[in-house]
Amino acid sequence: MAAAEDSNNNLKELAEKDYKYGFYTEIESESAPKGLSEEIIRYISKKKNEPEFMLEFRLKAYRHWLTLKEPDWAHVDYQKIDYQDLIYYSAPKKKPKIESLDEVDPDLLETFNKLGIPLEEQKALSGVAVDAVIDSVSVKTTFQAELAEKGIIFCSFSEALQKHPELIKKHMGTVVPYTDNFFAALNSAVFSDGSFCYIPKGVKCPMELSTYFRINAANTGQFERTLIIAEEGSYVSYMEGCTAPIRDENQLHAAIVEIIAHKDAEVKYSTVQNWWPGNYEGKGGVYNFVTKRGVCEGDNSKISWTQVETGSAVTWKYPSLILKGDNSAGEFYSVAVTNNYQQADTGTKMIHLGKNTSSTIISKGISAGYSNNSYRGLVKTAKKAINARNFSQCDSLLLGDKCGAHTFPYIEAGNKSSVIEHEATTSKISEDQLFYCLQRGIDMESAIGLIVNGYAKDVLSKLPMEFAVEAQKLLAISLEGSVG
Amino acid sequence: MKELFIEIYNKNKELINANSNEYLRLLRSNAINIFKENGIPSNKTENWRHADIEKRLKHDYYFDFKSKSTSMNVEEIFKCDVYDLDTFSVTMLNGWFVYKNAPITQLEDGTIIGGLSKAIEVYPDIVEKYLGSAADMNKAGLVALNTAFLQDGLFIYVPDNVEVSKPVQIINIVNSEEKLFLQPRHLVVLGKNSKLTLVHCDHSLVHNINFSNTVSEVFVGENAMFENYKVQNIGDNSSLLTNLFIQQKNGSKVSNNALILNGGFTKNYVDVSINGKNCHADLYGLYLVDDKQFADNQVFVKHAEPESTSNQLYKGILDDMAKGVFSGKVLVNKDAQKTQAYQNNNNILLTDDAKIYTQPHLEIYADDVKCSHGATVGQLDPDALFYLHSRGLCEKTARQLLMYAFASEIVNEISIPALRETINIMVEKRLRGELSICDQCLLHCNDKETAVFNIDLNKI
Repeated sequence: MAAAEDSNNNLKELAEKDYKYGFYTEIESESAPKGLSEEIIRYISKKKNEPEFMLEFRLKAYRHWLTLKEPDWAHVDYQKIDYQDLIYYSAPKKKPKIESLDEVDPDLLETFNKLGIPLEEQKALSGVAVDAVIDSVSVKTTFQAELAEKGIIFCSFSEALQKHPELIKKHMGTVVPYTDNFFAALNSAVFSDGSFCYIPKGVKCPMELSTYFRINAANTGQFERTLIIAEEGSYVSYMEGCTAPIRDENQLHAAIVEIIAHKDAEVKYSTVQNWWPGNYEGKGGVYNFVTKRGVCEGDNSKISWTQVETGSAVTWKYPSLILKGDNSAGEFYSVAVTNNYQQADTGTKMIHLGKNTSSTIISKGISAGYSNNSYRGLVKTAKKAINARNFSQCDSLLLGDKCGAHTFPYIEAGNKSSVIEHEATTSKISEDQLFYCLQRGIDMESAIGLIVNGYAKDVLSKLPMEFAVEAQKLLAISLEGSVG
Repeated sequence: MKELFIEIYNKNKELINANSNEYLRLLRSNAINIFKENGIPSNKTENWRHADIEKRLKHDYYFDFKSKSTSMNVEEIFKCDVYDLDTFSVTMLNGWFVYKNAPITQLEDGTIIGGLSKAIEVYPDIVEKYLGSAADMNKAGLVALNTAFLQDGLFIYVPDNVEVSKPVQIINIVNSEEKLFLQPRHLVVLGKNSKLTLVHCDHSLVHNINFSNTVSEVFVGENAMFENYKVQNIGDNSSLLTNLFIQQKNGSKVSNNALILNGGFTKNYVDVSINGKNCHADLYGLYLVDDKQFADNQVFVKHAEPESTSNQLYKGILDDMAKGVFSGKVLVNKDAQKTQAYQNNNNILLTDDAKIYTQPHLEIYADDVKCSHGATVGQLDPDALFYLHSRGLCEKTARQLLMYAFASEIVNEISIPALRETINIMVEKRLRGELSICDQCLLHCNDKETAVFNIDLNKI
């Protein structure tokens, strides 16, 4: 009971808060001119002092992108993006090699303090290694030395390009090729930075790895790339968070995440997506068009996606898994909350190729206000994926009569021994549950917060500690004002 | 391909529009314009992703724009194999309505049954009010094509407060040496508090390649009841495309049962618009396909008004290299509160070459609703198989028994006893691999009369 009260106080307090990450920091940044052309790509590549193969990759991607048309099949509606009106490269100006925190721009530090990111070494107690990326450029990575002892490489993508080009060359684009889709091609052409993570054979990463992305400059597209490679028998838990300042115009975020898990490896990827969702009238906000895909390359490997989606004006992403190795397993846990005029079309793809592969999908959608929330997912078993097993559950909760909740599952079974189950329900908060809470003296708003948190518990419990707390608070904030 | 149809239309325009009134001419010319714009659905579009219709259309089809014989004695060439099915039977031959006595008849209770081409002459008010108003030409594949070539079909009008005492059976016979391209068009109107049961049977007396693109429009009045059965047991050379549009008013009930037992290429589109309160719609489907057969069920239920319920249950068993598709969609409009909509699709794959694609979609814009969907793909339950083995049933019999049980959930929903019995037998035979289109002839030459689930005494 005490715990419930606590949680309620918590919720109430948080419900009164607004988007607390909506500040903008004056950081002198260096930007490329607006627009997209081969020159811009050459400029980015040169600026970053990239090896030749990288430039070639970018140009190939750009030329392919030119042949593509922007897709429009998703259940979302947004103003068309003018790709020539975006700045494709923006970096904090003072970015000479930073050895210690003293050398970091104090404004930047202030930003991260506001974000509550334990960038400073003194917060080492929290035991999380952080790679902070602002406007697509990695500013500071903590704990690098400690990780290096174990042979783990955790650094920014550009640093990896300088130090470990062979690893990048070997793996980049193998999971999400630049030909994959419109936004993947765009990202491949212009991505500015991101995180790189390599866990060598047999190593269990001793701490959670975390990346924080922040869009700061105006009119900038954020294009980052994450590449995680887990060698045989390794384990890593990786977290990603993101915020953006409040702006009236829409910002574009088109990232790529690639995960490769070799034999017996396990990768746990969690993300709390909290980009600026636009105001209550639906003005502004981030377009979040992301391609995330993992491949269970080796036998007995496992990758799990856990996502809490509360931000972005428009979300359009499907973290997917290709279960290639025999006995490999995939998991997808998602809570997607939309309020006001937010739109989300999200879900997953599970492609079973190996024998005895299994996948679990738990998706909880919550829509409020005038928002639309869709689950779209594909489960496919190939002919050779004998004894493949899938269980999917996607529930939708509707708060208010002006929002929409949609489910678009696709199931394609290609052999006789696979077992695929899908179930979905759509409902509103039960009157009985509400009545019980109210009768216990809990006010309406807290009661709804409580019930929603309970509803999403299956997923929230899969998050690492640090994120679980944040995610619960986020849920409450996102739903603020949705009662009535 | 599209150009070919337009060319055929332009060439035969006079013939198609002969004896037609202004309303029909306008409807057709409007339809051909929509067809010109939309063309033939390609497999790049969502609803046709798995249906390769182009391949099926590639034959050199023959169009029959003039009925050869409108009066004939059907019993001479065809006898229904549902022995004690008591129905008013009407016959379509090669897409044209044929009759024994009169082209259109009014029963004692006021029900009108006849050919559509005749109905538009005799009852233009009714036909013009309804024809074309439910079938959205932009929506489903070849509805526009059907409308452009609209010639004949079945017309039924049930007046208010009339319950038609016997089911109406439509026997669709294909008997031609040509590769026929048929486009029948049916119109069914039910008045207030009325009741009608329809049974469609497709039979082909020849094993030629043919293509049928049917559009049916059904208008169900307040508190009326409409039951529809469609048994599709046709040869692998036949392609069957059906588009059924149902519109429901307050308090009406609809039940649709699509049974696909054989068919080279079958695509059924069912579109139910629930435009009233307290309506209920039951949509059932069963598909038992093997070889290289293709069965595609596409269902769209729109809840436009509050307090109605709908239920979809589709089950399929796929053998050999057969391909099945279920794509169901429930749309609940903003104001359709208190809607309950359920959707379920279960599949059994018997081989590694059979494929099933299932897409149970929900699109919901109201909050006080109960909607759920489920889809499964699996095999026969090994525990159940083991139980039957332990009771002395051999592998084959046990499997057949379980498959039969799987299918009977749909078959048991048939409310006409004689039809249910026959379908039961047909399903049994189908699962034993004995049912072919030869069964439609009364000789039953491959019917070996073996007991279905005989217990092997040696094994006890």
